[in-house]
Amino acid sequence: MLFEDPVFASRMLTLLTLTFHIIYATIGVGVPLMIMIAQWIGIRKNDMHYILMARRWARGFVVTVAVGVVTGTIIGLQLSLLWPNFMELAGNIIALPLFMEVFAFFFEAIFLGIYVYTWDRFDDQRKHFLLLIPVALGATASAFFITVVNSFMNAPAGFDFVDGQLVHANPIAAMFTAAMPTKVSHVIVTAYMASAFLLAAIAAFKLWKGSSHEYHKKSLYLMMKVGFIFSVAAALIGDFSGKYVAEYQPEKLAAFEWHFETEEGAPLLLYGALDEENQETKYAIHIPFALSILAHGNPMAEVTGLNEFPQEETPPLVVHYFFDTMVTIGVFMMALSFIYWFGIKLGWSFVRASWYRLLIVIGGPLTFLAIEAGWWTAEVGRQPWILRGIMTVDQAATSSDYVGWMFILFLILYIVLGAGTVFVLRRIFKNNPIEKDLEKYNKGGDPA
Amino acid sequence: MMLELIGISVLWLFLFGYIIVGSIDYGAGFFNAYSIITGKEHILSKIIQRYLSPVWEVTNVFFVFFFVGIVGFFPQTAYYFGTVFLVPGSIALILLGVRGAYYAFETYGSRGHKGYAFMYGLSGLLFPASLSIVLTISEGGFVYIEEGNPKLDYQALFASPLTWAIVVLSIIAVLYISAVFLTWYANKTGDQTATALFRKYALIWAIPLILTASGIVYELSSHNPPHYERIFNLWWMFAISLILWIVTVWLIWHKKRYDVAVWLMIFQFAFAFFGYGAAHYPYLLYPYLTINEGFTNQAMAISLIVAFILGLSLLLPSLYLIFKLFLFNEDYVRGRKEKE
Repeated sequence: MLFEDPVFASRMLTLLTLTFHIIYATIGVGVPLMIMIAQWIGIRKNDMHYILMARRWARGFVVTVAVGVVTGTIIGLQLSLLWPNFMELAGNIIALPLFMEVFAFFFEAIFLGIYVYTWDRFDDQRKHFLLLIPVALGATASAFFITVVNSFMNAPAGFDFVDGQLVHANPIAAMFTAAMPTKVSHVIVTAYMASAFLLAAIAAFKLWKGSSHEYHKKSLYLMMKVGFIFSVAAALIGDFSGKYVAEYQPEKLAAFEWHFETEEGAPLLLYGALDEENQETKYAIHIPFALSILAHGNPMAEVTGLNEFPQEETPPLVVHYFFDTMVTIGVFMMALSFIYWFGIKLGWSFVRASWYRLLIVIGGPLTFLAIEAGWWTAEVGRQPWILRGIMTVDQAATSSDYVGWMFILFLILYIVLGAGTVFVLRRIFKNNPIEKDLEKYNKGGDPA
Repeated sequence: MMLELIGISVLWLFLFGYIIVGSIDYGAGFFNAYSIITGKEHILSKIIQRYLSPVWEVTNVFFVFFFVGIVGFFPQTAYYFGTVFLVPGSIALILLGVRGAYYAFETYGSRGHKGYAFMYGLSGLLFPASLSIVLTISEGGFVYIEEGNPKLDYQALFASPLTWAIVVLSIIAVLYISAVFLTWYANKTGDQTATALFRKYALIWAIPLILTASGIVYELSSHNPPHYERIFNLWWMFAISLILWIVTVWLIWHKKRYDVAVWLMIFQFAFAFFGYGAAHYPYLLYPYLTINEGFTNQAMAISLIVAFILGLSLLLPSLYLIFKLFLFNEDYVRGRKEKE
């Protein structure tokens, strides 16, 4: 039968659910901030285009939230269903941030409901803006708490093992692990970045299709600016993350970089293909000293190689491709948005050209690919551990025989949910183009 | 000892909250679908949509709160229930997925779509039924330990009348709770036709509700005698519950004070639910796991309770706000627009 090994099947099902959920979760964390920014600018400039922008984004956002809530509930329960031994142990140490995440989510859910259903009840847009603050705060807080849990899995802390028994549990120390600052900030900032580039891609798509409405131009310019700022932040924090990994999880960094021998002045490998048996890389671009700089901020620093670690504790080498994908897309989007911003300011005509807009359109999905690649880098790079240094995934998985079947069921569900989201979102915006919304708004009606 | 009791009480309270708000939600989804299919859509849908739209997400969080909380307070439940609950749990999750998605697709995509509404109503009814299996499992007799791992005996589970009695009860309870609530809500909107229809549904489901509930107690007498005995010792709680049920039905029958009826209905379920929970004490999974064995360490318990109090102080005002704006707002309920 398919996936006879429950451990492998559990890994695949978790991978499937998280990969799907992360798309919606990223939108869920980032878009509320963008709605808030648009609403704020609309109030400041007294420009209804931005107010409508907030309104239209929110309308699409609720559809993704609905699916995000569902997939989030699924992964929440699947943790216990697929990894019962892990949750039993982790429940003792890391339940606190999980619990707080639910409160953050509660808070967000309440105010999102109020925000969406009170559009026509407030004349004063500033009141309506106030409702967005708890939504954005709640969204970011839930990302914060859930990433705290993930950080703990990478760098367990806050307890001692004495004779196989867990003692001295300290829930607060378990939250503030070494991995926490870089991980949490990278996740939050890249979610903002990805959401901005997604909304920019939608605006660019409209312009590319031939619309020349002011609304889309404003939306594109605003989101490219916001996206650029967050992509710079993402790159900076990414660099700190590299230094963290070098210090605390050197086998992970070595796997990212196919760095086998410990050496000083280590080069960085870009792209390439690996011949696993001979540990030889082909077609790779070598950047001298760059890995030492990335890892320790010093071109001559020593970087530990993979050969220093026992074979059964080294991560799969495929993570190199994920890592390169993430970094390449990140740098590409940073450059694309920077050139666009300057281009508009200085009046360069090519940034308004059709081909440049097409690049921005492609940039939206690409950024989400980078988010996925980043998660695969971090999570596959943690193999074989579920709790680094403490519990392997083999020890954590369920002993149930039916995981393979569940994988098929969930795969079908996600295909339906994914296709449904695209279908419904397209319908909503096809039936309500901005021109129609503006007309309704000008007549004093509710543009819903 | 104190902390365990606080922990389980908090969780039981939230599970109860979920059962009430969830039932209203699931039943409403079913009535919505039923009304569309039978062509009574014009009577019911508007009222249901107006109530459901702003609160469905909040309802879902009650559920998440419960299962995150139980793993937090009683980590060993993850080990026992996680392993045996894989298949029923996954099916419940898929139903939840179908339901959530079709809700979004119907509400924000194409209102009144028959297929969406049907899927939404059906999955909403089956979801609590599939979850209620966990109550059967916790009664013991369906889980055995093999090579040190708990396993679920599917054959015994599906052959047991107790399983089906609990499943049927959960479906009937959903329809009854929802109908009583919606009778009151429809009456508030001033819509007499809808009120009459929901009142009819409430009365239809009242009798089967009590029959199945008594049936379960009877089943327990042979399936889990110690539990039955503890239920018997707490007979007064179930007696109060029965009286409250009688008064509720009487009020609805005589079309009097629907608001009081809703509260009595809530307390009726509260007495039955807490009576059942107290009788189940001290077992989480009979006979393998008790509350005392499965409890988390002292430090985590205290920090969870602190987080819970802080969380509630944020949550209660927000919940009050959403109720004030939607449920108890005359203008919103009656579908009038209001400018503030």
